[in-house]
Amino acid sequence: MSRYLPWIGGAALLAMPFVYHQPYPLHILIIILIWSFAYTSWSIMGRFGLVSLGHGGFMGVGAYVTALAWNYGHVSPWIGVPLAVVAAAALATVVAYPCFRFRITGHYFALVTLALSGIVLQVITATRDFTGGSLGYTPERYRGGSSLWAFQFSDKTTWYLIALVVWAAGLYVWSRVDRSMLRYALEAISEDEDAAAATGVHVTAEKLKITVLSATMTALAGALYCQYQMFISPDTVSGISVSLQMVFAVVVGGIYVSLGPTIGAVITILLAEVLRIWFGTRAVGWDNLVYGVLLVLFIIFLPKGIIGSLADLRRSVRWTSS
Amino acid sequence: MINGLLLGGVLALLSLGLNLVFGVIDVVWICYAELIMLGMYGMYFLYTVYHLPIVLGAAICIVGVGVLGLVLHTLVIAPLLGAAPINQLLATGGVLFFLQSAATVLFGVEFRNLGLRLPVLKVAGMFVSYSRLLAFAAALIAMVLVYLFLTRTYTGAAIRAIAQDRQIMPLMGVDTRRIYLITSGLGGALAGLAACLLVLQYDVHPFVGLTFGPITFLICVLGSLGNFAGGFVAAFVFAGIISVGGLYLDLEWGYVFAFAFFIVMMFVRPEGLMARRS
Repeated sequence: MSRYLPWIGGAALLAMPFVYHQPYPLHILIIILIWSFAYTSWSIMGRFGLVSLGHGGFMGVGAYVTALAWNYGHVSPWIGVPLAVVAAAALATVVAYPCFRFRITGHYFALVTLALSGIVLQVITATRDFTGGSLGYTPERYRGGSSLWAFQFSDKTTWYLIALVVWAAGLYVWSRVDRSMLRYALEAISEDEDAAAATGVHVTAEKLKITVLSATMTALAGALYCQYQMFISPDTVSGISVSLQMVFAVVVGGIYVSLGPTIGAVITILLAEVLRIWFGTRAVGWDNLVYGVLLVLFIIFLPKGIIGSLADLRRSVRWTSS
Repeated sequence: MINGLLLGGVLALLSLGLNLVFGVIDVVWICYAELIMLGMYGMYFLYTVYHLPIVLGAAICIVGVGVLGLVLHTLVIAPLLGAAPINQLLATGGVLFFLQSAATVLFGVEFRNLGLRLPVLKVAGMFVSYSRLLAFAAALIAMVLVYLFLTRTYTGAAIRAIAQDRQIMPLMGVDTRRIYLITSGLGGALAGLAACLLVLQYDVHPFVGLTFGPITFLICVLGSLGNFAGGFVAAFVFAGIISVGGLYLDLEWGYVFAFAFFIVMMFVRPEGLMARRS
């Protein structure tokens, strides 16, 4: 039965917009799916102790390169997105390779990547003549509003399906990594780099692989977000707060399980929306207030996150009953 | 150039407390800049709303933020001392969110300032901002005082010893918990001091921490953790890069160069600028 559960769930999600298509809940779902994908991308490397605070930067590159290529070069996102993804991968390599080569780990790695997202944020702000700076940026609308070539759709159902497919692909990549040799190599590395290297694991190469993969997916998430929202600003897609937001959602959901980041996205986004609806404009700040407290409590009491702890609980129940 | 030098003083002052905590407890207080932000709000309210004399306000601020440092350590860091270092960083990230939004909820998002304009001195044809000079001097004095405390007192010696080897010191009869508390309190107090001087020249708003938070961490790392002289040098290097970059291009480019310089330096000299090669 549990083998078919993902398929049943997937089919239900796929059929959902045809049965029920209120624009607002659908919008929330799309946003949740896009961010879930971004969080999943982060957790792909985060789960191996490679805590990057630079993913806000990768996301920013993904969003801005796509948008700039469209507005200035009239390059279709079908080319612009791969371009953005390659740019993010190159950026990740340039920063991460020396990091791993010179064995910068733990919170030093976090700080180097923090500097990276700082750079991306400041470059976007500094080139305000092209990117609109902190006021944000809008990709030009295609004439009719919807166009496959421009990758712009006015219909929410289309976006929902796109986001769903991308999200599922993200989960697929996660499980592929989970079942690969790469996973064992990286787990060994996160335990003890020297020992891993001694047993023949190419530490630098393995770490670089997962980082580039993760950065690529994050850039894709950024591009997707840009195309859906049609508005990006340095604060929503890049910078340190976005990076921290990713880390937070993943930790709350559960960093070691495939659906953890998704649950994290559901919780954080619903929390923000519910507070916004209840308190209206007075809610400014309240969602982050609750986030902050939750984050601290989770790290102290439930470091495995909601899903991870639930799975542990189920396992221990099964153990005692058998 | 002079302004670059004085910006260095401000940055040095900012990094002083973080450097102490980072170096001794080996914990990154990502929310350090937010403590400073609260201190700035404290100054603002004490001075403009309650009309306390500015020196008294500053004293209250320093003590207050010091207490905040203690609270932060007891509530958040102490339960996590045994956990992976990255968890401590993330937990203080949660505190960052919390403090930022608490400030938004309590004080609103308006920019506030003391409404106090300190004179601009004219020295040999150059304009030097008095408040920056004050920050520079305070950073220097505070650094010397902390240095004296660390080298001349028994507690200071224990702090330095813990920074060097945190496993052996409990066995030598040093109460690690007390030392950590003292360090956190001191780190907080230094944040309070930085807040008092920053509020003289910058507006305070809930997100002010994000503007100078990252650079503060980078200074500490670049100057070798816990090494105050190194932190000082690093602060001036960064200030130089930022102001020269800002002079020829934009201030943002100055920051870009400073960040890039940090990344490169991490590869070239991971132990920091001033580390002795062993």
